Amino acid sequence: MIEIKNLTKKIGKNAILDNISFSVKKGEILGFLGPNGAGKTTTMKIITSFWLPTSGRVEIGGINIAENSLETRMKIGYLPETVPLYDDMKVYEYLKFVAEIRNIPQNKIKSRIKSVIESCGLTSVSRQPIDELSKGYRQRVGLAQAIIHNPDVLILDEPTTGLDPNQIMEIRDLIKKIGEKKTIIFSTHILSEVKAVCDRVIIINGGKIAGQGTPEELIKKTGSSELIYVKIKGGKEDVSRKLGEMAGVKKIEIKDKEADDIYGYEIEPESEVDLRENLSKIILASGWSILEFNKKSISLEDVFRELTK
Amino acid sequence: MQKTIYIKTIYILFKKELMSYFNSPIAYIFIGVFLVAGNWLFFNSFFLVGQASVRNYFSLLPWIFLFLAPALTMRLWAEEKKTGTIEFLLTLPISDWQAVLAKFIGSLAFMFIALLLTITLPLTVFFLGNIDWGTVVGSYLGALFLGGSYLALGLFISSLTKNQIIAFVLALIASFAIFIIGAEFVLMSVPQFIAPIMKFLGLGSHFYNIAKGVIDTKDIIYYSSFIFLFLWLNARVIENRGWK
Repeated sequence: MIEIKNLTKKIGKNAILDNISFSVKKGEILGFLGPNGAGKTTTMKIITSFWLPTSGRVEIGGINIAENSLETRMKIGYLPETVPLYDDMKVYEYLKFVAEIRNIPQNKIKSRIKSVIESCGLTSVSRQPIDELSKGYRQRVGLAQAIIHNPDVLILDEPTTGLDPNQIMEIRDLIKKIGEKKTIIFSTHILSEVKAVCDRVIIINGGKIAGQGTPEELIKKTGSSELIYVKIKGGKEDVSRKLGEMAGVKKIEIKDKEADDIYGYEIEPESEVDLRENLSKIILASGWSILEFNKKSISLEDVFRELTK
Repeated sequence: MQKTIYIKTIYILFKKELMSYFNSPIAYIFIGVFLVAGNWLFFNSFFLVGQASVRNYFSLLPWIFLFLAPALTMRLWAEEKKTGTIEFLLTLPISDWQAVLAKFIGSLAFMFIALLLTITLPLTVFFLGNIDWGTVVGSYLGALFLGGSYLALGLFISSLTKNQIIAFVLALIASFAIFIIGAEFVLMSVPQFIAPIMKFLGLGSHFYNIAKGVIDTKDIIYYSSFIFLFLWLNARVIENRGWK
């Protein structure tokens, strides 16, 4: 549905996007992850034809945006990061304007507005001026505006920032519901959100794609998916050396220090080996004592930090 | 079919632009100031000179417009840029030309409404004495062309900045400069050979021709090309948004 090839955007000599290529299949929800300033918003601005790329091509449903951007813009619903709305209009009036300008047939305008007002939970504020709305409602009006013409593609730039946890859940559910039938690209830096909503993730950093795949794939790619944390009372050098030499240990690292002879260690096992039993035996046999012992899974947060540092 | 959709889109945008004037207090302030200033200046000279003519009023109109037209155009692009709604507007399936035209026609329609409300002045003259309706129609037409030129210029300037005040002041200065280069006292102080060129380029000299009731194609063409030039420049500015 969306094909992006060798997209580059330079402002002055500064490359904001550096030769990015990816594609999004129909019906897929793609999470766009990356630190601030990585190029997420820029990519979205180019897909929606707000900005021109320096080079590269973007196709929406087989149509090149450089050749027929009016056509591709019809297929896209876009919610910019800042949620710009015409503040002097009332919610209903605004949605009616969007419906008209989006060329929805006159006899369907009313029912379309009614349906987006319902699905976005705007019934109680539909007669209010937009500048009196809370942040959460603004966001919903922005979303309603983006889906009113039933677009094939939705581009949502950080749709959940600034919302309270309940609102975040609501917007997420809404995105998921809409996403059953549509192609969605949505950017965020909340990682749990990606896991909850997206089929696939692209991590972008410094204008380049740093990693892509399903959340599970990404975690796997970063290395083993489990780490063991153990706090041991015993000589630091001895422990590091002895445990480091143990079969199945890939890496051992000192994480923290509680007292002179009490240190916390993080142990990364070689793939899929369960070290816990052997580990405790060796520690006890060496005459040290275990003060804490736990296993932790690598999260998307770790992957993100790994890929974008 | 394509054409009707093209026009319909401009119409929808235009309707929104015109509505947004009336949604904010600016419209009422504008119309209020325009009518009060106009009527005061008119009746001031009307009783003083004792002549049943709207000539004096129309000769003052360019000066009133000079302040009011920039007030109408200052926010048109600057506000969209400041609040970010420009990103919404320009990612709609509309062309840059449609957006520019809709804004221009919206402001022109508003000015037209304000001008219509001054119809009481020629009517007063009509009841109190003789009036040459040809001159009146010519004057109104001239006022629309002159106002349209100011608006096109102001709209273009508004697209260059995010700040409404800057847009206002720059539009005022630019309008004043282009108006004044054709004025008599400026022409007298410049060398003989440039004077006719400056007179032709100045917005004002063309207005007085039309206001006298003389509708010359030369003046119409001048105003039309002036308006077109700045709308075209405006569309170029909007088109090149992604490069800075």
